[in-house]
Amino acid sequence: MFDFSILTEWIHSTLLGFMPQWLAVTTECVLIGLVLLLTYSVLALFYIWFERKVCAAFQCRLGPNRVGPFGLLQSVADMFKILIKELISLKHTDKFLFALAPYLVILASMLAFAVLPWGNGLQIINFNIGIFFLIAVSSIGVLGILLAGWSSNNKFTLIGAMRSGAQMVSYELSIGLSVLTMVAFAGTMNVVEIVEEQSNLWFIFSGHIPAIIAFIIYLIAGTAETNRGPFDLPEAESELTAGYHTEYSGIHFGFFYLAEYLNLFIVSGVATLLFFGGWMPLHFPGWDGFNAIMDYIPSVVWFIGKAIALSFVIIWFKWTFPRLRIDQMLALEWKYLLPINLFNLVLMVLIIVYGLHF
Amino acid sequence: MVSLTILSSTLAVTAAITGVGLVALALWLAGLISPRSFNPQKGEAYECGIPTRGESMAQFKVGYYLFAILFLMFDVECVFLFPWAVRVKELGGAGLLSIAIFFSILVLGLVYAWRKGALEWK
Repeated sequence: MFDFSILTEWIHSTLLGFMPQWLAVTTECVLIGLVLLLTYSVLALFYIWFERKVCAAFQCRLGPNRVGPFGLLQSVADMFKILIKELISLKHTDKFLFALAPYLVILASMLAFAVLPWGNGLQIINFNIGIFFLIAVSSIGVLGILLAGWSSNNKFTLIGAMRSGAQMVSYELSIGLSVLTMVAFAGTMNVVEIVEEQSNLWFIFSGHIPAIIAFIIYLIAGTAETNRGPFDLPEAESELTAGYHTEYSGIHFGFFYLAEYLNLFIVSGVATLLFFGGWMPLHFPGWDGFNAIMDYIPSVVWFIGKAIALSFVIIWFKWTFPRLRIDQMLALEWKYLLPINLFNLVLMVLIIVYGLHF
Repeated sequence: MVSLTILSSTLAVTAAITGVGLVALALWLAGLISPRSFNPQKGEAYECGIPTRGESMAQFKVGYYLFAILFLMFDVECVFLFPWAVRVKELGGAGLLSIAIFFSILVLGLVYAWRKGALEWK
C-alpha cells in the first residue's frame, strides 16, 4: 500500500531545504488550505451532479446531460450562475446574524471535512480525540441554521429553523451514541488508529450484532442530520417554501446548498470510517491471495468509493420513503432509536468486557 | 502517522480559516460581478405577496424548547461516557459497575420524561 506520508515528508524536507522552519510551516499551512478548498468545492459540485443523476435514474429521466461529458460540468455552470445572481438586501432582517449564518454553516462542514482520513498517511487534522472533535464541530452547523431562520424575519424560515433545530439536536444524540458504541469497541477516538484497527476485518464484520445495529441507527440518524430524504421537513417545499434559507439569494443560498451536500459526504465518510474500515481495503483473515489483490487498489479510491456507495444508499432513502410528520420524526428518535441505542451500547460493552462472542 | 511537524490545533485553525476564507472570497467575487438594482418590493419578506402582519421574530411552540432541554441532558451524558468508552476494556467489571449506576440514573430520567408525556408532540 502506498504511504502518502512519504509524499508529505518529501514536501516538508524540500521546503526546509531553502527556507527557515516558520516559513516552511506557514507555506505548508497555505498549501493545506488550498488543497482543502479545492477538494471541498470539487466534491460538493460532484455530489450535486451525483444526486441529480441518481434522482433522474430513479424517476426514469436522463438528468443533466448537456454541459460537459455526462453533464459533469452542469453543477459548475450552476455555481457560476448562482455567483452572478444579485444578493438582495432585505429590509427587516437582523443584518449581522443574517450575514453570519452562512459562515457558521460552511465552517462546521469544513472543520468536519478536515478530520476525515483520506488514505494511508493522507490525513489533515489528527487529534487523539478525532472522532469526538468531528461530532463537536459538525454540531456548529445547527447554530448557523437556527440563526439563518431567526434573522430572516419571516414566518416560514422561523418554523423551518425551529423544526431543523429540533431534528438536528435530537438525531445528534443517536449519532453520538452509535459513535460511542464503536469507540468503546475500538478503544480509541483517534481516527487513524480506528482505521488501522480494522486492517484485518472491518468493524461491521468483527463488531458482532451491536455494530450492525449501531450502523443502521447511524445511517438513519445521519440522513436526518443532513436534513435529507424522508426527514426533509425543515424545508418541506409544499408547506414552507424552502425552510430556513427562503430569504437567502445568490451565493448566500449557494453556501447552504454546498454545505448540505458536503454534510452528506461527511456523514457517509464517518460511517465508512467507523464501520467499513475507512481507507482500509477489504481484508478477510486467512484469504492471503485475496488480501494481496485488494491491496493494489489505492487507499484513496477505497475511501471515496465506499463513501459514495453509502451516499447512494442515503439518496436512495429519499426516493423511497415519504416525508415524516414532525411528531413521527421526534417519536422515532426519542421512543425508538434512543432506547435501542442505549440498550445496544450496554450489549456492546458486555461483549467487550466479558469477551462474549455471538 | 503525522509526518509533518505541524500541531493538529494549528491545522484545525488552518481549516477554520479556509472555511471562513471560502465564504469571504465567494461573497467578494459575487459582489464584483453580480448586478444590483433597487426596488422597494424586493426588500419585503417572501411570504404571500401582501405586506407581512406583525413581527416574525415571534413566540413559537414550547415543545421545541422541551426537546432542546432533553437533548442537553442526554448530550452531556454522552460526553461523560466518551472517556470511559476509550478505556472500557482496561477498566473491566469495576468500571462497568460504576458507570452502570450513572447510566441507570439517566435511563430513569428518560423513563420519567416519557411517563410525564414530555416526548408527546401536542
